[in-house]
Amino acid sequence: MENSIWKRIPLNSNYAAAYGAKDSDVDVVAAYPITPQTPAVEKIADFISNGELNAEMIHVESEHSAMSACIGAAAVGARTFTATSAQGLELMHELLHIASGLRLPIVMAVASRALSAPLSIWGDYSDVINIRDTSWIILIASTAQEVYDSIIQAYKIAEDPDVLLPVVVAYDGFMMSHTYELVYVAKNPEIFRDYIPKKVNWTILNVEKPITMGAVANPDWYYEFKYQQVLAMKRSYSVIKNSAKEFEKRYGRSYDTVEVYNNGGKIAVLTYGGLFGTVVEAIDYMNKQGTQITGIKLRLFRPFPLQEIRKVIEDLKMLIVIDRAISFGAPIEGTVAMEISALLHRESIDIPIYSYIASIGQRTTTEEDIIGIVKDAVKLFESGKRISESIYWGVRE
Amino acid sequence: MGDKPIIGWKSIPLGGSITEPGNSIQRPTGDWRVFKPVINQEKCIRCLLCWIYCPEPSIHIIDKPYKTLTGREWKFSVEVNYSFCKGCGICVEECPVKAIDFIEEVR
Amino acid sequence: MDIEHKRVEIRWHGRGGQGTVTASIILAEAAIYQGKYAQAYPEFGAERRGAPVRAYTRISEEPIYSRAPIINPDVVVILDPSLDKKLCIEGLKPNGIVILNSGRSLDILRKELGSGVKIARIDATKIALEIIKAPFVNMAMLGAIARVIPIVDIKYIEEAIRESFRARVAEANIQAMRRAFEEVEF
Repeated sequence: MENSIWKRIPLNSNYAAAYGAKDSDVDVVAAYPITPQTPAVEKIADFISNGELNAEMIHVESEHSAMSACIGAAAVGARTFTATSAQGLELMHELLHIASGLRLPIVMAVASRALSAPLSIWGDYSDVINIRDTSWIILIASTAQEVYDSIIQAYKIAEDPDVLLPVVVAYDGFMMSHTYELVYVAKNPEIFRDYIPKKVNWTILNVEKPITMGAVANPDWYYEFKYQQVLAMKRSYSVIKNSAKEFEKRYGRSYDTVEVYNNGGKIAVLTYGGLFGTVVEAIDYMNKQGTQITGIKLRLFRPFPLQEIRKVIEDLKMLIVIDRAISFGAPIEGTVAMEISALLHRESIDIPIYSYIASIGQRTTTEEDIIGIVKDAVKLFESGKRISESIYWGVRE
Repeated sequence: MGDKPIIGWKSIPLGGSITEPGNSIQRPTGDWRVFKPVINQEKCIRCLLCWIYCPEPSIHIIDKPYKTLTGREWKFSVEVNYSFCKGCGICVEECPVKAIDFIEEVR
Repeated sequence: MDIEHKRVEIRWHGRGGQGTVTASIILAEAAIYQGKYAQAYPEFGAERRGAPVRAYTRISEEPIYSRAPIINPDVVVILDPSLDKKLCIEGLKPNGIVILNSGRSLDILRKELGSGVKIARIDATKIALEIIKAPFVNMAMLGAIARVIPIVDIKYIEEAIRESFRARVAEANIQAMRRAFEEVEF
């Protein structure tokens, strides 16, 4: 595919995110360093200093300030980008609600990392799962290529007048953020200008036409603004799908909200992020051994792609969900497993679902682990056991 | 809430933004008062500290000349806009010559 | 997991400061410049000088999906002679290759590691001290690899080195890499 349009280069997902921001021609970047995200914004600083990107880099003293600065920038109509991980995302948390509540189309990369304490700089999805109720759209990428493409799509989605919600593009801390792999980037980012034209479709602060942002909404009003967000999140679903379709039409790489590998098996393994790659190779191995397994990748976490999931799971005999985060005290502690359980109930579909927790704090998870999980679940299924609780794969006693 | 029917999510601007500037004029706050400030034009030295401190702002500088009993001539007057004055008393507190009386509102 | 046998999996062992991770990345970059698929990533710990470091490189004719660490490598590269070599070659595939930075002779190394592995040796420390004037042995190890397992052409390694370093440093690194390419014994 190396040709006049695409340059074939080695990038890790942090750098892919930086290239995505650069090629989206962002105006303002405000970020605070945290492992494993830091190289993403360092790369953007490089782009600005060498003149490849004309943007304002705001140095701040915390992630709380980073998101505050992003909110201010987006509020005056700037195309805004930031990136963070783990505790940084937690420190931003209250501002996440403000960004979405003010309907500002900020895009943020998250190199997903476990939450302290105990201190872990390594990858899992505890941080991303924690922000599920902030009214941010949440995409989870599985390859560095997907990170690059998703950042560009994220501006298309966020700035759509039917949406106007901020978007997170998440990827595995370390397992993706620091893994170099092949990525095709645009030789000339101008090719994205028609796809994401700079058109400010949202209400902005403007001295010529003054408005008030962030005013109080008393009990007579607050509820209606939240309901607008509910509808925007619902509407975003088709915008996300269409943005991917248009991206494919223009640039040739296809994405969906849910992606399927080796369709047609009666047993499926569903997961998200970089772990899906390991699942794919485990499936290749199991298929060679005569066990047909389907892999399902959840690319969109918010809004939850109900219809797409329904379509890919309704003919299954059993579904295994591997979560890389723990929702402590939840009915099912694997968050995605719980959401799919809710979907099954809502749609009156009766498929046994087996929830596994794995790779917490980046505990090594190989193809052998995936095969082990499948064997374990199949054994439970064949013995007629329905397990309603999450199973903690590989935890030591 | 007033008599006007309150509008819903279909017609309000996104994100709770207030898109027309200066709309506080539509919300008189004068009926919040218990005490009201009354400027004594005789004592007032037109320093305008009340005008600076008033949070509303409902101290108005009026183009109305005033001549005191002692013969001093002022080119303008300072008056309170009672449609918006909430009766906070800050002007009364700040007046350096005690020219503002604070008297109970009789309704 | 090597299903199609179209893939080479390399595990790197070194100490912090020797450029283990950089070498693993440069090799992957070179493979990508050559038109192949490749992946490189470090085993992440607290990064500090002197601490044992592991890194992985996968090179393939086909897309690579797995992100699991390499448990059964085709090739083990040991940058630091003071590391426990037996521990480093754990999981090495039968007939796998180990490429060592060592001043010892091939015969002594063969006795030390047994007959189940192919051994290649290069005195990378000596090359680094002579050419780079510092014990950065990684570039010499890249040269040795390019010779012993010819999956990546040396000219693409040079290209990757030039992309990663300033011109003056790059030239010294390339010189060290080329000399190891000539001198590696196996």
